[in-house]
Amino acid sequence: MSRYELRFSGSGGQGLITAGIIMAKAASIYEGKQAVQSQSYGPEARGGSSKSEVIISDGPIDYPKATTVDALLAMTQEACDKYTHDLKEGGILLVDSDLVTKLPATGNFKIVSFPIINTAKTDVGREIVANIVALGAMVALTGQVSRENAEKAVLSSVPEAFIELNKKAFSIGYEKALAASV
Amino acid sequence: MSKKVAFLQGNEAAAHGALYAGCDFFAGYPITPSTEVSEVLSAELPKIGGKFMQMEDEIAAMATILGASLAGAKVCTSTSGPGLSLKQELIGYGCIAEIPCVIYNVMRGGPSTGMPTGPSQSDVMAAKWGTHGDHPAICLTPASVQETYEEMIRAFNLAEKYRTPVMVMPDEIVAHMRERVVFPEKGEIEVVPRKSPTVPPEQYKPYDTSFGDVPPLASFGSGYKFHVTGLNKMQDGFPTTKADVVQAEEERQIRKVDANIDDIVTFEEYMLDDAEVVVVAYGSTSRSARYAVNVAREQGIKAGMFRIKTFWPFPDKQIKALASRVKGIVIPEMNLGMCSLELERCAQGKVPVLGIFRVDGEPINPDQILAKIKEVK
Repeated sequence: MSRYELRFSGSGGQGLITAGIIMAKAASIYEGKQAVQSQSYGPEARGGSSKSEVIISDGPIDYPKATTVDALLAMTQEACDKYTHDLKEGGILLVDSDLVTKLPATGNFKIVSFPIINTAKTDVGREIVANIVALGAMVALTGQVSRENAEKAVLSSVPEAFIELNKKAFSIGYEKALAASV
Repeated sequence: MSKKVAFLQGNEAAAHGALYAGCDFFAGYPITPSTEVSEVLSAELPKIGGKFMQMEDEIAAMATILGASLAGAKVCTSTSGPGLSLKQELIGYGCIAEIPCVIYNVMRGGPSTGMPTGPSQSDVMAAKWGTHGDHPAICLTPASVQETYEEMIRAFNLAEKYRTPVMVMPDEIVAHMRERVVFPEKGEIEVVPRKSPTVPPEQYKPYDTSFGDVPPLASFGSGYKFHVTGLNKMQDGFPTTKADVVQAEEERQIRKVDANIDDIVTFEEYMLDDAEVVVVAYGSTSRSARYAVNVAREQGIKAGMFRIKTFWPFPDKQIKALASRVKGIVIPEMNLGMCSLELERCAQGKVPVLGIFRVDGEPINPDQILAKIKEVK
């Protein structure tokens, strides 16, 4: 059975758990697949390492945590160092190029990097939507859910007043990832 | 018409399950990793005329739901390890005074403050033996978000049917993970109402066994007046030390559950027909077990899983039957060997019981279980 594993990692407060939830929601509510989202985090509200895992499958999902990761997002150097160990050969590694300067020395990964947080700040206009920029990029790179369904999931997850901002963030993230992965 | 679906956390689903079951009163003290239950119910209960109370502590929360239940409300509280410890005396009070209530306890690392954000399954013995004295215990251990929703409804039903506290105990993984939930329509899942007295107030006794082992419970404020105490009591609710009455009442309280074990105990059998090795698992660990069993089967190993859905009362009969036909039992659990003691008791030395015990805040992964399956000769 198809089983696709994604991990969104970084530091607490970057919105990566939210990004994981939206990805899983896109798959399970809008794409008609099955999905499980789980997370682990420390006691801190901000700071400390944080990860959110999403398993997507066409059938029932038993083990809800990652076994070998197909696609990993690392938004800090610490996350990149800590969470690439179970990324599978040929898997996708997306990093923020400003924050992750030391890429894994071993492992045959498809590495995509662009300044995610800076894109949110300068291209979208608000740093707070960096997680949605990253989500757009992960959607583009993984192809597990369609762009339309992912966008629906984003829009149903954010407050009314911020719909346009998030739509823009998602779209820019999606395009940037495609451009960066060529 | 298509059914309503949502992408929810186990805790959120538990709160919605409680609402489906008719919960109209919640008292609790927020504690990681069960706080989301309070968040949802504090928003939803006022909308339906229910009451949400954030209490000064865990003990007060337990006392308050017992009081509210006696006043006719369908009640629950939510907590985690340290809170469960604090609630124990009053859980015993609920058992002896026979007050329906649901305690939703998310299992995190322990003892004491332990690891608040880490998963564990180390409260399963506390669910039965945490409060002192002989008493009935019902404890459900769901393994998915949908099941957490449904088991909350069943917990309310069992609490009313047997007039006793019922615990729902997901581990932190089940409580915090998100999955799609399909909401049942109203009336699709049975909701058991409280058995009310049929006699007038002057003839009413709160523990009148002429109505069977589960006497009807009147609501305070409805004209029925009766005495409630934590002391051993007579049929009218007043304390007694009469040996024959105390013995009979204690035995009746246990019998409410023991005589109805087939109505209460639920489980899932997965690939057991020809299994030579059975993995017994509950909660999120059963999901790793299912994965491991599937891989074992691909490798030609005859493995299966017995998934415990109702931890208490323990499925003795089913485990005894398994122990007489398999070569070995594997038990993965996020504690240092609790369910494994029960399995050894049931297996009576007929087959080895191999444990995988983990208390480091990490889940037991399928590889660990597969390796243990292979140890069974």
